[in-house]
Amino acid sequence: MADRSNGVGHFYFDHHAGQMMTTGTIKTKSGEILFIAVFFIFSAFLLSQLGEQAKFNPKGKFFAQPAVWPGVGVFGMTLFGGLHLLTRYKHRIAGTFGEVITWLRALEFVGWFMVYVYAVPVIGYLPCTIVFTVTLALRMGYRKTSTLLWAAFAGLIIVIVFKTLLQVKIPGAAAYEFLPDALRNFMIVYF
Amino acid sequence: MDVLFSSFGILARWDVFVALLIGSIGGVIIGAIPGVGAAVAIAILLPATFIFDPIVGLTALLGIYGSSMYGGAIPAILINTPGTAVNALTTYDGYPMTQRGEGRRALALAYSASFFGGVFAILCLILLSPLLASFAKNFGSREIFLAALLGIVLVIVAHRGQTLIAAAMAFFGIWLQTIGLALDYSKTYTFGQSWLASGVNLIVVVLGLFAISQAFVLLIDKDTSPKAEALSGGIFQGFKELLGHKRVVSISASFGVIMGMIPGVGEFTAQFMSYTSASRLSKTPDQFGNGSPEGLIASEAANNAVPPAAMIPLLALGIPGEALTAMMLSVFYVHNVVPGPQLFSGQLDFVVALYIALLILNVLVLVFLLFSTNLLLKIIQIPTRFLGIVILTLSFVGVYSLRNSATDCIMAAFIGVLGYIMKRLNLPIVPIILGMVLGEIMQAKLRTSMLRVKTPFDMIDRPIAFVLFCLILIVLIGHVRRVWMEYKARQAQ
Repeated sequence: MADRSNGVGHFYFDHHAGQMMTTGTIKTKSGEILFIAVFFIFSAFLLSQLGEQAKFNPKGKFFAQPAVWPGVGVFGMTLFGGLHLLTRYKHRIAGTFGEVITWLRALEFVGWFMVYVYAVPVIGYLPCTIVFTVTLALRMGYRKTSTLLWAAFAGLIIVIVFKTLLQVKIPGAAAYEFLPDALRNFMIVYF
Repeated sequence: MDVLFSSFGILARWDVFVALLIGSIGGVIIGAIPGVGAAVAIAILLPATFIFDPIVGLTALLGIYGSSMYGGAIPAILINTPGTAVNALTTYDGYPMTQRGEGRRALALAYSASFFGGVFAILCLILLSPLLASFAKNFGSREIFLAALLGIVLVIVAHRGQTLIAAAMAFFGIWLQTIGLALDYSKTYTFGQSWLASGVNLIVVVLGLFAISQAFVLLIDKDTSPKAEALSGGIFQGFKELLGHKRVVSISASFGVIMGMIPGVGEFTAQFMSYTSASRLSKTPDQFGNGSPEGLIASEAANNAVPPAAMIPLLALGIPGEALTAMMLSVFYVHNVVPGPQLFSGQLDFVVALYIALLILNVLVLVFLLFSTNLLLKIIQIPTRFLGIVILTLSFVGVYSLRNSATDCIMAAFIGVLGYIMKRLNLPIVPIILGMVLGEIMQAKLRTSMLRVKTPFDMIDRPIAFVLFCLILIVLIGHVRRVWMEYKARQAQ
C-alpha cells in the first residue's frame, strides 16, 4: 500500500510487521534546498546583527538580558537550519526554477489581498467584499452566472455575519460620507 | 456537586447555546470540506470571538476543534480524501468499505466510534479534574518552564525525518515573539522600523500560516470538485455494530486520552498506536488497510478522544501541546483568564463547564450527522478555487479586525506566502506557532524562577522539576538513539 502524508511525516501499514510505520526520512522536494539555504542565510544575518539589534547590559543578570531570548532564537535557527542544509545539500533535484515560479504565483494573490485591504476603508466593506469575491471568481476562470452569483452571495453573507451580526471592528468607509444621513449611519454601523 | 451546579449555571445562557450550535454544526461542515480544516476556521474566527465572554468564545472554538474530525471522516470514507489531516488514516479502511458498497456502514461506524471516543475522553477528564487540580498546585515557575521546554522538545522530535527543520522553525517562532519592545523598553530586531516596535502578533502569524497560505494553495492548485454519490438508509445501526468491538473502541479511546494529554504528541501518534494495537488484537489482521471495520473504529475513536484530552496541559499548566490549543490560549489571555494551576484551584466550575459543553457538543454533532450526511455530501463538492476565494476574503476579517492595521495585513499576507512555500515543500509549520507561544512562556517563567536559583542544580531540586528534566533527557536520548539506529540500518542496506 502506498504511503500517505499526514502533515507530520509519511506513514504506511506494514502487514508483515502488523503495525503502523513511519518512513525515517522524507523525500527532499524541488526547491527545498533553495528554501533552506535562504533561511540559513537569513538566520546567519540575524545572528550577525544580535549585538546591534538587541540590548545586552554587562551589569545586569544574564537571564534578564533583553538579548538572551532573541539570541537563543537566532542561534537555534542558524544551527538547525545549517544542519538541515548539510543533510540535504547532496539531494540535487531538478525543477527548482519551476517551483520558484509557482511560489511567485502566490504574490499575485498577495496583490489582490492588499488592494482589498486598502479599498475597504475608502469604498466600504460591503461593496468591496462583493466586488472582490466576484472579480476574483472571474480571475479564477469561473464564467457561469450562477457561480458568480454564488460568489457575490458568499461576500454578502461574510459581511452580514461578521460586520452586521458579530460587529467586528471594521471602520466605516470614506465613501459612506456621501450617502444621505439616515442611510449613512446605518451603513457605517452595519456594513 | 456544588461545582457541577455552578458549571451548569455558567452554561445556562442563550449565547452559550448558540455558540454550541455554531461550533458543532460549523465544525462538522468545515471538517467535511477537504482543504479547509479546523485550523483555518479557528484562525479566522479567533479575533471575532474576542468580543464574547470566555465561555462563549471557547465553546464555539472548541466545538469546531472537536467536531471537525467527525466531518472529516465523510470525504475520507466516501471519496478517499480526508477532510482534515487527522482523518488520513480513516481512508485506509473507510474507502475500501465504500468500494465494497458498504459506505453507509463505514460512516455509521465512524460516527459511533468518534462519539464514543469523544464522550469517553470527556468523562475521563471530568473524573480526573480534581486530581489534576491538586497536582497542578505543585507547579511553580521552574516546573512550568521545564514543562514548556518538554513540550517544544516533544513537538520537534514528533516530526520524524524532519527533526532538524522542525527545530529550526521552533527557534524561528521563539525569535519572532521577541521582536519589538523588550521589558526595559529597548527595541529588539526592529531595524529602526517603527511598525515593528509593537512586535509580531501571534494571531497575524496564525492567520498567515494557516488561513492565507491555505487560500493560496487552493487558488493556485488545479480546480477540483469532488464527486460523491448520495447514500440511502439510516445509520443508527453503527452503534449496534460498535457493541461487538468493545475492546477495540475502549483501547483506542484510551490511547487518544493518554496521547492527547502529552504535549506535542496528539492525534497522529494516538491513531498509530491504537491502529497497531487493534491489528494485533484482531482475529483478521490481514483485513487492516483493506476495509477492516476494526481499523476504522480504532482510527476514529482515537482521534476524537484527543481534543478534550489536549485541553489538559493547556488548562492545568497553561501549556498548549499543538497549534489549535495554542490558538485557544490566546482566547484565554484576551479575556484575562490565565490557564494554569490557579484556574483549576480557583475556577474549577469554569473548567468543568467547558467539559460539559464538550459533552453537549458531541451529542449535537451526532444528532446533526444522523440527519444531514447527504446535505454534507453536496457541501463537499464545492470547487476548491471557490473555497480559496472565500478563505482569502474571511482572512481579511480575521487580520484587519484585530487592530485595523494595514501593516498587520501586509505581514499576514507575506507570512501566508511563507506558509504556502512550506506547505508545498511539506515542511512543518506547527513548530513556528508553538515556538512563539511556548517561547514566551519559557521566557517569563525562566526570568521569575531565576530569582530563587543560585546554581543550575537549583532548577531541578524539586521532585516535579527533576522528573520533567529526566523526561526531557529521556526524550532527547531516545531520539538520538533512534536516529543512530536508523542511520546504521541504512548503512547496512
